Amino acid sequence: MITLGETGTRFHTIYRRVVGRGFATATLTATLLGVVMLAVLMFDVFRDGAHEVDGDFLTSYPSRFPEKSGLRSALLGTAWMLGLTAAMAFPIGVGAAIYMEEYAPNNWLTRVIQINIANLAGVPSVVYGLLGLGVFVRAMELGRSVLAGSMTMSLLILPLIIVASREAIRAVPDSLREASLALGASRWQMVSRTVLPSAMPGILTGTILALSRAIGETAPLITIGALTYIAFDPQGPMDLFTVLPIQIFNWVSLPQKEFHSLAAGGIVVLLVVLLLSNSVAILIRNRFERRRY
Amino acid sequence: MIGLQIGKTVFRAPESERPEAPEEIILSTRNLSFWYGEKQALDGISMEIPVRQVTAIIGPSGCGKSTYLRCFNRMNELIPGSNLDGSVEYRGRDINDGRVDPVSIRRQIGMVFQKPNPFPKSIYDNIVFGAKVNGMSADMDELVETSLRKAALWDEVKNDLKQSGLALSGGQQQRLCIARALAVEPEVILMDEPCSALDPIATTRIEDLIRTLRETYTIVIVTHNMQQAARVSDKTAFFTVGESGGGELVEFDETHRLFTTPSDPRTEAYITGRFG
Ligand SMILES: Nc1ncnc2c1ncn2[C@@H]1O[C@H](COP(=O)(O)OP(=O)(O)OP(=O)(O)O)[C@@H](O)[C@H]1O
Ligand SMILES: [Mg+2]
Repeated sequence: MITLGETGTRFHTIYRRVVGRGFATATLTATLLGVVMLAVLMFDVFRDGAHEVDGDFLTSYPSRFPEKSGLRSALLGTAWMLGLTAAMAFPIGVGAAIYMEEYAPNNWLTRVIQINIANLAGVPSVVYGLLGLGVFVRAMELGRSVLAGSMTMSLLILPLIIVASREAIRAVPDSLREASLALGASRWQMVSRTVLPSAMPGILTGTILALSRAIGETAPLITIGALTYIAFDPQGPMDLFTVLPIQIFNWVSLPQKEFHSLAAGGIVVLLVVLLLSNSVAILIRNRFERRRY
Repeated sequence: MIGLQIGKTVFRAPESERPEAPEEIILSTRNLSFWYGEKQALDGISMEIPVRQVTAIIGPSGCGKSTYLRCFNRMNELIPGSNLDGSVEYRGRDINDGRVDPVSIRRQIGMVFQKPNPFPKSIYDNIVFGAKVNGMSADMDELVETSLRKAALWDEVKNDLKQSGLALSGGQQQRLCIARALAVEPEVILMDEPCSALDPIATTRIEDLIRTLRETYTIVIVTHNMQQAARVSDKTAFFTVGESGGGELVEFDETHRLFTTPSDPRTEAYITGRFG
């Protein structure tokens, strides 16, 4: 009996070790696959485009002549759009998430709304473009302005921000809410002083991801009619605009080879912008995380 | 003289019974019943809690002790689908009256929870939280020191008040939670099994603390530990699950009397370990 038991145990131990190793290898492979693909892609783009990126490239307007062409208006357009989108989508998204998690009564209407918001995150971006065209550009007469573009983009990323913020808020333990209320905090004080600070890193992570998506989105902006050729700086929210991915798309679609390498240069700039805005956001997030220990 | 032994604690009726002066009542419930949806948790509990004494609530698991405690600061109303019948009075005023703000009730009646739940903030910020949300204009540094002293935690943490409350041991965290509750200067402190997550040494410290706090505060404490009830409380209430499935009050009396000469056979069975 004892011998049997021991063999069984030993077999089991070996079996478990093999399974454990196998699983670790599988996950490592999956990770490496992703990293390698990304590295190849980056290498390819950098080889084609890195030499295009210089001061002139960043400060010149687009032009018919590849050697004089630059990203200035697209870069500024992306900055404007990102700023306006964040300014609109963050407060609205977080506000909606707070309402749903902390205030909404638990009834069928609330549940229908919640399910629909989750579904909205999966709607193709062109659909948002059509909505923006109909509502912001035409009905509200905002024209093809950067404001109309940002409002469209806000709609697009709102579901992402709401879903991520709700998850973050729900992850705050109820014991903290009770502690807060038991000390005489009002509901709003509980939310603003206890729930939000604890949820903020998660909310910010979700917002960062959502804004990264907004930086790269092209379809909805083309749908609302953002231009591809802008030879002036956008000065305010009502100005016409273009953004980096549209400019890149435009260059890729031109026949001359020189424009293709400009497009690669544009992608390098786009990636750098993405990384920069992400690191700023991560810095902000880390400050919050340090505050909550 | 009647004596009864539970564990190592021996209870004896005092040599001369205290003269039964009419006690000042701070909290009372009249015919209080409570439901979580369809499930009844309390069934017609009437009880009067005297001021500046320690009142213990004991009884088997699920008999509604926590529910009863949470009726005093209206924490239960946050649970969707819950229902209350009967009345809860604080200094003669029905706290469930529509005109009473639960926030003001919770400022007078503080609570310490079973599991220590400090905020993920510094020790200092944990203490001043209540004062800040209540708009108290106290000297915050002084408030932190006096509250921590009252909770017998000052000497251990005075040099790193900026440290996270979560970095403390479980027993220290619970004392921090007590200090935090004291900082809003409540009249009553409700404690729901405050020592259940603590080791015997930390438990002793909290019990010592409860005995000192009793001079200034009214304390209602739920405990599973009968020795603890006997050690710290002046009066003890014994709850059990009744016919309806909701908790009932079986007996409420001076602690020494309840433990030495219980008048109900169910109480006697419970305290001698034959039940629950
Ligand atoms: N949030 C809730 N929703 C539904 N039922 C609940 C809820 N909280 C408690 N109950 C039920 O109410 C009854 C009383 O619970 P309560 O927590 O007051 O008991 P207790 O005496 O504190 O028990 P314990 O000693 O285990 O802490 C139990 O039957 C419990 O299942
Ligand atoms: Mg309980």
